[in-house]
Amino acid sequence: MTTIVDYGLGNLLSVQNMIRKAGGKSVITSDPEKILGAKRLILPGIGAFASGMEKMRSLHLHEAVNAYAGKGLPLLGICLGAQLLTEHSEEGDVEGLGLIAGHTKLFKPESEQYKVPHMGWNEVVPFAEHKLFAGFPGTPRYYFVHSYYMAPADQQHTLCTTQYDHKFASGIHKGNIAGVQFHPEKSHLYGLRFIKNFLEWNP
Amino acid sequence: MESITSDKQPLLLQRIIPVLTMNHRKLVKTSRFRNPTYIGDPLNAIKIFNEKMIDEIVVLDIAASKEKREPDFDYIGQMASECFSPLAYGGGVTSVAQARRLIQSGVEKIVLNSALQDRPELVREISDAFGSSSTVVSLDVKKNMWGKEVAGYVSGKRTKNESPAVFAKKMESLGAGEIFINHIDRDGTFLGLDNQLIAEIQASVSVPVVAAGGAKSVEEIMQTLQNTRVSAIAAGSIFVFRKNNRNSIMISYPTSPLVSQWQMIS
Repeated sequence: MTTIVDYGLGNLLSVQNMIRKAGGKSVITSDPEKILGAKRLILPGIGAFASGMEKMRSLHLHEAVNAYAGKGLPLLGICLGAQLLTEHSEEGDVEGLGLIAGHTKLFKPESEQYKVPHMGWNEVVPFAEHKLFAGFPGTPRYYFVHSYYMAPADQQHTLCTTQYDHKFASGIHKGNIAGVQFHPEKSHLYGLRFIKNFLEWNP
Repeated sequence: MESITSDKQPLLLQRIIPVLTMNHRKLVKTSRFRNPTYIGDPLNAIKIFNEKMIDEIVVLDIAASKEKREPDFDYIGQMASECFSPLAYGGGVTSVAQARRLIQSGVEKIVLNSALQDRPELVREISDAFGSSSTVVSLDVKKNMWGKEVAGYVSGKRTKNESPAVFAKKMESLGAGEIFINHIDRDGTFLGLDNQLIAEIQASVSVPVVAAGGAKSVEEIMQTLQNTRVSAIAAGSIFVFRKNNRNSIMISYPTSPLVSQWQMIS
């Protein structure tokens, strides 16, 4: 059973749909107790960093997610949910959960050909071998829509990279915690395989 | 043309988007926004397009605003649950509350058109609530009696005497994160995409532009993507009719050669 954190932002049904397609079960909750008792956790989210953190705090979810993460069980952040794992974001200049050292920064492309947000399908290259990318027949493509990107302080916390105006960390990880900027739940078989791997991931 | 592999691949990030137009729960395809031809069941069409791993899909209920109907939330939710790509919905959206219900049902992007006639500020409201990347404004473009292209909305019934590029710019400043151009004179005609218009609008705004209306082949779409650098081309007829014949229905999409590799492991 996978627990999906509901803090009022994001397309939770899509995440639930993809988990079902991958053969898993899930429950959506905003109850801190249920998050603490989870066996596998997804932190989704779209929208602004500041309002995301504010909602997390007002529902006491930031403490619950941090305590859960401390137990060593698998945690996956998606899009804004991944950015929230970092220490700080330039968007609203606010602090995140701080589970992985680093900042969330705004794309500032020098050339006009790179529009912000970075929107559409782009390639994701695993940075090092990881269960989440196991058994892939080739380079996957995922759907992205974001204006800010994660910049982990330590290069070894990079899970995967993507080329836009510069090469950025499209995924970060540290032990039992992973976060991806793209939307596996909206990325066909590439996303299905990724979610299947997450459901089998036992860090 | 079920699975055309072209050596002229679009740029990474450029999208090819099937547009499903429906009237109530029936899939229909118009020509110049008229004469809707019955195509089939929208849910079934979504399933087939998904197997082809489409980049994105746009669903438009073309009768909702005309009939002053709310979006059919329940049915849209069913469509979203079959859709593992981004889904944009338009038709009958007049409020932030409706947009919220759509997003909670699994829709990524809200397409606005008719409601803007009276309340252009709806763009700002939806953009503030859900982000500009979830806010799409659809512009209807057609030639006026002097042969000049003008933009407007309400399915082209009430156009403004304004150039599409200027109009697009206004929508961007209101908070639109994407501009969807619907070329009424070319809709369902297979006459070809209007590259000049697409390039003009593309140059006038900095948000992504999606162009629809008149596509005659996948090769033409690839060429327009290359020549105009537009973010996406959307099309209805060529993806639902066989060999551009409005009497023969067959769903198709230019599937990437990558897809079969991934189907084998799934």
